Amino acid sequence: MFRNQYDTDVTTWSPAGRLFQVEYAMEAVKQGSAAIGLRSKTHVVLGCVNKANSELSSHQKKIFKVDDHIGVAIAGLTADGRVLSRYMRNECINYSFTYESPLPVGRLVVQLADKAQVCTQRSWKRPYGVGLLVAGLDESGAHLYYNCPSGNYFEYQAFAIGSRSQAAKTYLERRFENFMDSTRDDLVKDALMAIRETLQGETLKSSICTVAVIGVGEPFHILDHGTVQQMIDAFEIAGEQEGPAAEPDAAARQEAAAEQGGSTDEGVAPMDI
Amino acid sequence: MNFMASKQPENSLLGPEADSQRTLYPYVTGTSVVALKYKDGILMAADMGGSYGSTLRYKSVERMKPIGKHSLLGASGEISDFQEILRYLDELILYDNMWDDGNSLGPKEVHNYLTRVMYNRRNKFNPLWNSLVLGGVKNGQKYLGTVSMIGVNFEDNHVATGFGNHLARPILREEWHQNLSFEDGVRLLEKCMRVLLYRDRSAVNKLQIAKITEEGVTISQPYSLKTYWDFSAFANPAQGAVGSW
Repeated sequence: MFRNQYDTDVTTWSPAGRLFQVEYAMEAVKQGSAAIGLRSKTHVVLGCVNKANSELSSHQKKIFKVDDHIGVAIAGLTADGRVLSRYMRNECINYSFTYESPLPVGRLVVQLADKAQVCTQRSWKRPYGVGLLVAGLDESGAHLYYNCPSGNYFEYQAFAIGSRSQAAKTYLERRFENFMDSTRDDLVKDALMAIRETLQGETLKSSICTVAVIGVGEPFHILDHGTVQQMIDAFEIAGEQEGPAAEPDAAARQEAAAEQGGSTDEGVAPMDI
Repeated sequence: MNFMASKQPENSLLGPEADSQRTLYPYVTGTSVVALKYKDGILMAADMGGSYGSTLRYKSVERMKPIGKHSLLGASGEISDFQEILRYLDELILYDNMWDDGNSLGPKEVHNYLTRVMYNRRNKFNPLWNSLVLGGVKNGQKYLGTVSMIGVNFEDNHVATGFGNHLARPILREEWHQNLSFEDGVRLLEKCMRVLLYRDRSAVNKLQIAKITEEGVTISQPYSLKTYWDFSAFANPAQGAVGSW
């Protein structure tokens, strides 16, 4: 992507019919640290990579509870993500107050998309630089949506956004057909595996990732580090013994990661958010 | 020295000039609505009278209307305010349909929306002078609730407004049970409506019974109840009465 004379403001079209500012906003999402989401008939799981800038600082919050039945994971300009989360929480609570009923996810997602679209058509605004994976449960079942800065939204069985998300997407593409009937725990395991794919060899630990679940009878909540580490330990050991889905490369990569584990543990992590 | 007299903002509904703009008393009113849950859904009954004070002025007023796909609204009190509420709900349902997604507002949502409207109007000292009964079925779940003009709302297996609370509810408390058949439900409602016809001065002998189930709403054609006036006490009601004038 290179600079050109049509990219100064969002209200200028290029001769090829593109809005460069919107595309640049989507670049911001691609540069953010990874977030993934997957769903079954009854549950949705969100996961994200949380790398702190240094050992001294805490990591950025990238998964937000919007309501008991909706949660969101963000990638990109996390400040924009926070603001949009506040908007979503407000909409949900207002709807709950008026109708004593949870806001259907599909409607919240459309409202969010329309809000993003406004910023692509006002000369004094800029697009939101954040992609949102919205996980929610309503009358019609479990849903996962992706809202992007362009104002578009799509429903997904599974998706990944942010840096190195292609690796996660490849993993998910291989497995997604089974997700609809997955159990909750299998879904969380698949989420952790997908997160691991984005780490490109680095050891997966609960300190560098966050996982959240929402399902029938289970309000949206973020899993605590102890539980996440337990699940990581459970499948990393079982990794080599896994069924047809586990390829021989996965096993080899695991051994390589275990050797590198010591060196990648110390020092400063690359700032990729 | 002149102190600033406290002034109302231009759009205030308080103060003598504003009295012409807010509801102070009802004019054309409907009397009781009675409703109960039965096996397949909700049954609701209301007569077709619109009284103008003590005059039984209008005798074909439909006081029960379907709302969306899943709800039925019955109202007592000021008829013009009921019509206003129907306009609010029409807009609500329209916007709900315009989303064009698989979701729709059920009876619970409509009931709570109405509660908010009634309570907010009451707080502005400009109430909608109605007692509403909202019943419906969605996804197999039956719902029956009521809201008053001051915003008091609750749900129950059987509800009534106005005189119905005093005359019909005791009968329902005694005789209502789960999974009433349609015929038993209608019989129970007719029993309540008959007592109201005898004892409520604003009741007229022309009523409708409405039913709402998962399939939809049916409101019966208007009909009348048989009444018996040949009790000997009615023949000479003043007999045996002691009086000085």
